[in-house]
Amino acid sequence: MSRIKTTFDQLKQQGKKALVPYITAGDPHPDLTVKLLHTMVANGADMIELGVPFSDPMADGPVIQRASERALVHHVGLSRVLEMVREFRQQDNVTPIILMGYANPVEAMGQEKFSDRAQAAGVDGVLTVDYPPEECKEFTALLQARGIDPIFLLSPTTEPARVEVIVNQASGFVYYVSLKGVTGAKNLDIEEVAQKVAEIRTLTDLPVGVGFGVRDAATATAVAAIGDAVVVGSRMVQAVEQSNDQNLVDNVAALMKELRIAVDAA
Amino acid sequence: MQLYDMPDDRGHFGPYGGIFVAETLVEALEELRVMYERFRHDPEFLAEFAHDLKYFVGRPSPIYYAKRWSERVGGARIYLKREDLNHTGAHKVNNTVGQALLAKRMGKPRVIAETGAGQHGVATATIAARMGLECVVYMGSEDVKRQAPNVYRMKLLGATVVPVESGSKTLKDALNEAMRDWVTNISNTFYIIGTVAGPHPYPMMVRDFQAVIGVEAKQQMQEMIGRQPDAVVACVGGGSNAMGIFYPYLNEENVRLIGVEAAGLGLATGKHAAPLTANSSVGVLHGNRTYLMQDEDGQIIETHSISAGLDYPGVGPEHAWLKDSKRAEYVAITDDEAMAAFHSLCRTEGIIPALESSHALAYAEKMAATMSPDQVILVNLSGRGDKDINTVAGLSGITL
Repeated sequence: MSRIKTTFDQLKQQGKKALVPYITAGDPHPDLTVKLLHTMVANGADMIELGVPFSDPMADGPVIQRASERALVHHVGLSRVLEMVREFRQQDNVTPIILMGYANPVEAMGQEKFSDRAQAAGVDGVLTVDYPPEECKEFTALLQARGIDPIFLLSPTTEPARVEVIVNQASGFVYYVSLKGVTGAKNLDIEEVAQKVAEIRTLTDLPVGVGFGVRDAATATAVAAIGDAVVVGSRMVQAVEQSNDQNLVDNVAALMKELRIAVDAA
Repeated sequence: MQLYDMPDDRGHFGPYGGIFVAETLVEALEELRVMYERFRHDPEFLAEFAHDLKYFVGRPSPIYYAKRWSERVGGARIYLKREDLNHTGAHKVNNTVGQALLAKRMGKPRVIAETGAGQHGVATATIAARMGLECVVYMGSEDVKRQAPNVYRMKLLGATVVPVESGSKTLKDALNEAMRDWVTNISNTFYIIGTVAGPHPYPMMVRDFQAVIGVEAKQQMQEMIGRQPDAVVACVGGGSNAMGIFYPYLNEENVRLIGVEAAGLGLATGKHAAPLTANSSVGVLHGNRTYLMQDEDGQIIETHSISAGLDYPGVGPEHAWLKDSKRAEYVAITDDEAMAAFHSLCRTEGIIPALESSHALAYAEKMAATMSPDQVILVNLSGRGDKDINTVAGLSGITL
């Protein structure tokens, strides 16, 4: 059984929601990424989304774009990210890692080679932002054959018929993008999110993660009341960006603790 | 040859093209696809398009026999399709007229565009002004510096020009930023993409709107020389002027179709923008699968060309397909070769060509020299060079 399903099952028994922080691998420096992953787990992360840097992150807002640029200064590509996951797994064999990135680095490595290497490294889920389900049926099959969950986005504009197509190809969980826009945008409408997530639940038994607009404790609590997982991306990356070498780990730990309390308050 | 019937209903040209976008854009593209399918054969829509091309753009653009230049080159006769004579000075306006008419029918009061050299931005700002649409143009901050006159033109036309500071600060980053705007403002905004790239239906739709170039050319060549040319030559960045003139010729087996990419400082230097000619690898960028300039990690690398309009790391997916199927040939011309052709045309024909089009001219010149005077080459002179005079003067050490 995948670590993702195990994690969701355990949280459900405990009556808790999953807290899923996102950081970009290699930001601010590749030597710090594994340490940050362990820090987030130690301070309340149930799963981690690890961003794969890309030169043209079309779906990301300025905060995550800058994170990609910082990582690319150190030439952190997909191979390097997989090495980081492997290193993380030496001390943590429980916490699911979901890679989030764009199609081209996967295409450059080759879908099958990537799937093999991701499995070997201990990756649990892969979210490829610009692979809609119609364009990645073979890739989905390659991942699932290796016990890796293909994670797909659902958006406020995704029609119910299309939600059905997507959830049929997805496993692990589905990720509801809670606003129209890029990552880190501001205008989160909680009522609209609740309505749409309820609609998604009539179409699938998969857990529903919610993200793209969770900025603080208040939005984290509100979203945790609706979804099964709360994904916090730009806010985490902002904490990384605003830290220096001395306070980076402490700042990330403090933000995680705050978010954990907020999610558990739902 | 079979009748050409590309793309399929999800925008695939063989293995290329498609719809590779985040889920947040899927519904908007579907809406656009449905509306375009509804109007692309609609007589009223097509009549309005034809009317605007005639009275606003000034079509048909003539074909001109460059007699003195041909004789000087020695060899084949070279004819020029004069897209430089269009309103706004390039072929780009054909497409913006078409997409703006569609935006109006879809009830979108705001249009956005990306631009490299600024020609597509100017063409979009122009049509937006005429139709009373709000217009925002994204332009890499490097290009804003290189193309100051076009930036000012857009502002005169009432558009907002947003300098893009991310990535390499050029055309590809402007496209990323325009996509981000679109996904955020989907309900009131129409994204006018300027080339035959992007996700389906853009490559097909832009090709269709630009096909007026080739449709006219076929008729004009018949009238002028009683037959079709032996070869049609056009420059390729994203590839919209080339697709526009190639498309109506695809089923004319005896006409060679030649796309000319930017070899920049030379293919061997790596500083170029010629993914097809250099046989770059295939990948996914800006919503479609195509040949791309990238490093081994799949990061898109910076391109180089003297011509901002050709400075793009990808190429329209239909060109990728035409290369593989060998229906079209792709070659590359260096900065220096393009500059030489630029000066040559200025002096012998009294026409200042765009630096983009100068790449096509340079290849035609090379090719003509190996052919005989009973043979004919048709070059798509896609734009005029007024916008480039600062660049050209700078190369001669002159500040205007």
